[in-house]
Amino acid sequence: MDQKEDLCADNWENSSSRNEFTKEISSDHPSFSNFSSQQNQKKWEEPSILDYDIGIETSFQKFNQPSVTQSSIPHNPNNQAKILGQEDTQMQETYQTNKIHDWDPSTMLNNLSFLEQKIHQLQDLVHLIVGRRGQVLGRPDDLVAQQQQLIIADLTSIVAQLISTAGSLLPSVKHSLSAGMPLIGQLGQLGGVNIPPVPGINVSVQSHNNGGSKFSEQSNQNDLTAKYGSEQICNIEEHESKDDEDVDEGENLPPGTYEILQLEKEEILAPHTHFCTICGKGFKRDANLRMHMRGHGDEYKTPAALAKPNKESSSEPMLIKRYSCPYSGCKRNKDHKKFQPLKTILCVKNHYKRTHCDKSYTCSRCNTKKFSVIADLKTHEKHCGKDKWLCSCGTTFSRKDKLFGHITLFQGHTPAIPLEETKGSAGPVDHTIGIETTNKANVNFSFGSNAQDGCAVQDIMDVKGSVDDPTTYFSPINFDTCNFGGFHEFPRPPFEDSESSFSFLLSGLCSYTQKTGGESSSNNVE
Amino acid sequence: MVFSELQTVKKQKPNEIFNNIFDLLAEEIIFSILDFLNANPLDRKAFALVCKSFYAIEAKHRKKLKPLRSEHLPAILRRYPHVSHLDLTLCPRISDGSLTSISNACLSNLRSIDLSRSKFFTSGGLLSLALNCKNLVEIDLSNATELKDAAAAAVAEAKNLEKLWLGRCKLITDMGIGCIAVGCRKLRLISLKWCLGIGDLGVDLIAVKCKEIRSLDLSYLPITEKCLPSILKLHYLEELILEGCFDIDDDSLRALKFGCKSLKKLDLSSCQNISHVGLSSLSVTGENLQELALAYVSPVTLAFANSLSKLPLLQTLKLDGCLVTSEGLKAIGNWCLSLRELSLSKCSGVTDEGLSSLVTKHRDLRKLDITCCRKITYVSIAHITNSCTSLTSLRMESCTLVPKEAFFLIGQRCHSLEEIDLTDNEVDDEGLKSISRCYELSSLKLGICLNITDKGVFCVGVCCSKLIELDLYRCTGITDLGISAIACGCPDLEMINIAYCKDITDKSFQSLSKCSRLNTIESRGCPLITSLGLAAIAIGCKQLTKLDIKKCSNIDDTGMIPLAHFSQNLREINLSYSSVTDMGLLSLASISCLQSLTILHLNGLTPGGLTVALLVCGGLTKVKLQAYFKSLLPKSLFEHLEARGCVFQWRDKVLQAELDPQCWKLKLEDIMQ
Repeated sequence: MDQKEDLCADNWENSSSRNEFTKEISSDHPSFSNFSSQQNQKKWEEPSILDYDIGIETSFQKFNQPSVTQSSIPHNPNNQAKILGQEDTQMQETYQTNKIHDWDPSTMLNNLSFLEQKIHQLQDLVHLIVGRRGQVLGRPDDLVAQQQQLIIADLTSIVAQLISTAGSLLPSVKHSLSAGMPLIGQLGQLGGVNIPPVPGINVSVQSHNNGGSKFSEQSNQNDLTAKYGSEQICNIEEHESKDDEDVDEGENLPPGTYEILQLEKEEILAPHTHFCTICGKGFKRDANLRMHMRGHGDEYKTPAALAKPNKESSSEPMLIKRYSCPYSGCKRNKDHKKFQPLKTILCVKNHYKRTHCDKSYTCSRCNTKKFSVIADLKTHEKHCGKDKWLCSCGTTFSRKDKLFGHITLFQGHTPAIPLEETKGSAGPVDHTIGIETTNKANVNFSFGSNAQDGCAVQDIMDVKGSVDDPTTYFSPINFDTCNFGGFHEFPRPPFEDSESSFSFLLSGLCSYTQKTGGESSSNNVE
Repeated sequence: MVFSELQTVKKQKPNEIFNNIFDLLAEEIIFSILDFLNANPLDRKAFALVCKSFYAIEAKHRKKLKPLRSEHLPAILRRYPHVSHLDLTLCPRISDGSLTSISNACLSNLRSIDLSRSKFFTSGGLLSLALNCKNLVEIDLSNATELKDAAAAAVAEAKNLEKLWLGRCKLITDMGIGCIAVGCRKLRLISLKWCLGIGDLGVDLIAVKCKEIRSLDLSYLPITEKCLPSILKLHYLEELILEGCFDIDDDSLRALKFGCKSLKKLDLSSCQNISHVGLSSLSVTGENLQELALAYVSPVTLAFANSLSKLPLLQTLKLDGCLVTSEGLKAIGNWCLSLRELSLSKCSGVTDEGLSSLVTKHRDLRKLDITCCRKITYVSIAHITNSCTSLTSLRMESCTLVPKEAFFLIGQRCHSLEEIDLTDNEVDDEGLKSISRCYELSSLKLGICLNITDKGVFCVGVCCSKLIELDLYRCTGITDLGISAIACGCPDLEMINIAYCKDITDKSFQSLSKCSRLNTIESRGCPLITSLGLAAIAIGCKQLTKLDIKKCSNIDDTGMIPLAHFSQNLREINLSYSSVTDMGLLSLASISCLQSLTILHLNGLTPGGLTVALLVCGGLTKVKLQAYFKSLLPKSLFEHLEARGCVFQWRDKVLQAELDPQCWKLKLEDIMQ
C-alpha cells in the first residue's frame, strides 16, 4: 500500500514535469499540445491518482483554473500554461538539485542546458510580444499589463532557477545546503525567494493576485508532495527498519555462500541512489527512476524499459547479496571476527545512521530523545508523552511489563509514581476550592436545616467567585461546579465522573471545619 | 488489686515516714515485675497511680500503647518516651499531622504501628513516619482504601520494614507495590489481600526483590500463573495464601513441582479451577507442608485424596464447603500420617460410612469441624469419640440427625475437650451433664438447643470452672437458677449470651456481676431484665466492652446512669427497642471509649437529643440509626461526624412481634428447606 502511494506521488511529480515538457513542445507544435493536455487531463482522472489525495487534486484544479480564465488572448493559454509548468518543474528542479549531494559534472551540464533553454524561451516570448505590439495597438491597457506580468513571472522563475542551480553548481554552497537541513524547510525557503518579487513589482496590476496565489499554491503543492513523499518513505522505512536488523540476526548463512558488498560512507549517507542519466534527477528507488524516465521520451515507455531489470536475470541462479558496514571494528563490518552481515541496503543505511552517526533529530515533544534515523523519530513521536511507565532513573516505557522487566534487572531502580498523584488532595486547585466549600459549610451550619434551600445559591455564588479567579478558571472542577450550580449552558467537560469527585471533595474537605462547625451546631440545638 | 491497696495505704498515712521497699529495688527489677502485669490493663494503671516514682517507672517501662483519641497523642507520647508499639485501632481519625507528630516523638524507638482502622492520613504522613522512624519493622495499613501509589512509595522509604499489611488497599497498583518491593528489601511478611489493583507484575517483583519473605498473602488478587515461578523460588517462603485467586488453575500449579521446599502452609481455598491434577504437583515438593486449606475447591474424590497422600508432615487439612464422597474420605483415612486438624464444615456428602473410616485412622485428631454435616448420625459420633480421645475442639453445629444419646458419649470419652459447639442440636440435660465432665472446657455453645434446662446448665456450672465463653442463645428452658450456677462456678467467664431466654430476670444479672472478667453480655429479648439488673452488672463487670440489650423493654434511662459511671471500658452497645430516651443516651455519651452505637426504634429519642449525644460522644465510629433521622438532622452534622471518622448505617426495619421459640425454629427450618 505504501509502496503504491509512493509510486503515485512520484507519478504526480513525474507527470507534472512531463506536463511541462509536453507544454514546451506544444509551443512549437500547437496541434500536438491539445493532445498532450488531453492526455494529462485523462491522467489526472485516473482512480489511482484520485485516491492518492484529494487535497492535491483540488489544488491542482485551482492551479489550472486561473490560467484558463486569464486566457483572453488566443495565444496566451499556452504561454500561461508553459510558464506555470515551467514554474512547477523549476520548483521540482530546485528541490531536487538541493538534494543532490555529490558533485556530478553531467548533472551540472544538464542544469546549465536547462537554464539556457529557459532563457531562450523567454526570449521567444518577448519577441512574440514585441512582434504583436505592432498589430494590436488598439488593445486595452490591461492586456499589456498582463503580458508584462507574464514576463515578470517568467523572469522571476528564471532568477530563482539561477540561484538554486548556481547553488548546486558551486560545491561549497551545495555543501552547506546538504548539511542535513530538512527538506520542507528548504522548500519553504525557496517559496520565500520565489513569491516576494511578484507582488513587489506588480503592485498596480490587478491580476497579480492570481499569480501570487498561484505561486503560493504551487509551493504548497510542492510542500505537499515533499511531505507526502517523505512521509511515505518514512513509513516504508519504518516497516523495514523494524525487521531489518532483527531478522538477519537469526539468519545463519555459512560464510562464502553469499556475496559481501560494502558501500562507502558517502554512498550510505546519500539521499538518492538512482540518478537519471538525462536530467540528473536522483531517486531513492529504481522503480521511481523508471517512471521518471518515461518523461524523457517514447523509448523509455516500452514495457521492456519499464520492467524490473533484475527480472531478466532472475532465471539464472544468483549469489545472495549481503552487506557489510564500512565502519571498521563494527560487528557488521566484514573484517570483524563475528561478522554478521546486513540483509539489504536499507538495513545498511539504518544501521550506519543508528550506530555510527550523530543523533541529530530531537523529539519536539520531550526535547530529550534523539535519533539519527528520521523514521525512528517519527515512531517515537507517535508514542512520546504516552509513555506513562516511568522508572526512577528517568527511562520511560510504553508498556508496564517492560518497566517491570527493567526494574527487575537493575538494582536500586524503582517505579516512579506520576507527580499529580503524589500531590494528592493537597494540590493547589483543590485547596482553594476546599476553602470555599468550608466557608459554605459554615454558613449552612449556622442557618440550621433551613439552609438547605440556600445551599444551591451559595454554590452558584462560590462558583462565580472561582470562575473570576484566573488561576482556577481552567481547572476541571470549576467547570464542573458550573454544572453543579445549574449553569447547564456551559459545555460539559468530557469526563463523566468529575461531579462525583467533586462531591467527594466536598465531603472530605468539610472535615476541616469540624471545630467551629460542631460548636455552632450544638449552640443551635440547645 | 494490690496496687490500689498500696494507694490507699499511702493516702491513709501521708505524714508518716513510709519506707517504700520499692525504693530499694533497682529499676530493672521493677521492670521485670511489671512485665508480668499483662492480664488486665487496669492493673498497670493502678500501679502508675500509686506514687510519683511508680508513675515514672511505669511511663518508662511501657512499650505498647493503644490510645483512644488522636488528639492526646502528643501528650501521651511525651509521657511514654519508650513506646515501640503503637496500636491506633481505636483512633478513627489519624491525620497527616498526627502521623508527623508521632514520627517526631517516637523517632527510632517506634517498631510497629497499626493503622488498620484509621482514616484521613495520606502519603505525606506515611513518608514522615518512614523517614523519621528508622527502626520501623511493622506497619498495618489494612483498610486504607483511599491510599494510592504515592502512599506505597512513602512506605517504601521504611527500609527496615519486615511486616506489612495492605489488605483492601484497592487503589494501590503494581507501581506502588513495585516501589515497596524495591525499597523494603527485608520484608518477611506481606499481606496483599483484596488489593485488586495489584497483578502479576507487582507480585513478581516482590518475589524477585524481597528474598527474605516468609509469609505471602495474595488472596483475591487478579494474578495468574506468570508470577508463581518466581514466588516459588523464594528460599524461605513458609506461608502462601492464594485464596480466591480465580486465575490459578491446574496448569499454574505445575510450577509447584519446581522448588519451594520450605513451604509449610498453603491456602488454595476458593480457587475453583484447580483439581487433583494440579494438586498432585504438591507431592513433589510438599515434604514440609503442614497445613493445607482447600475449602470450596473441588470434589473430594478418591483421586483427590490420593493426590495429597504423599505429604509426610501434613497436620491440618481444611476442606470446608467441598463436595465430599465416601471414597474420598476413606482414602484420606488410609494416608499413613495422622492429621491433627480436620475441617469438613458445610461439606455435602459427609456420611457415617466415610467419616467413620476416616476418624478411626486419624486417632491423633485434635480439632474436628463437622458443622452442618447433616447426614451423620449416632454412628459417626460413636466412632469419633472412640478413636479421637484427645480431641480438644469439636464443632458440630446443626448436625440435626445426631440423637441426644450420642452426646452422652462425648462427655464419656473425650475429656480433653476445650471447645464444643453444639448449636442447634438435640442435646439434652443428660448429654450436658456428661459433657460437664470435660473439665478443661473453656468455650461451650448451646444456641438453639431447646431441650436443655437449668438442670444441665447447673452441672456445667458446677464442673467447668475454666469456662470462658457460654452461648445460651434461645435456650428458652434456662432460668435464673442455671445462670446463677454458672456465675458461681465459672469465675473466669468473659462472654455470655442469654439472648431470648425470656425467663431470665434481674437476679441473673445480679449473680453474673460476680464474674469480674465479663466483657461481653448479650441479653436480647429478655423483657424481665430491668435497669436494676443492669446497674448490678455495671458495678460488678468493670471490663464490660460489649453490651447488647436490644428488646429489653424494661431497661430505661436509670440503667444508663450507672453504666455510664462504672463501665468506662464499654465500646459497643445496642439499645434498640429499649425504653432509653435522650437522657439515657446523653449520659452514655460520657463513656469515652464508646465506639459503636445501635439505636433503632427508641421511642423516647428526639432529633435534638440525638444530635447532642452524637456530638458529645467523640470516639464514635459506627452508628446505626433509624432512617427517618436522616432527614430530621442537619446534613452538616453528619458531615462533621463523618469527618471525625464515624460511619452511619441507616435502617428502616418495621417493628416485628416476637415469635414463640418453637415457632421460630420451625420457621427457621422452613427457610432452610
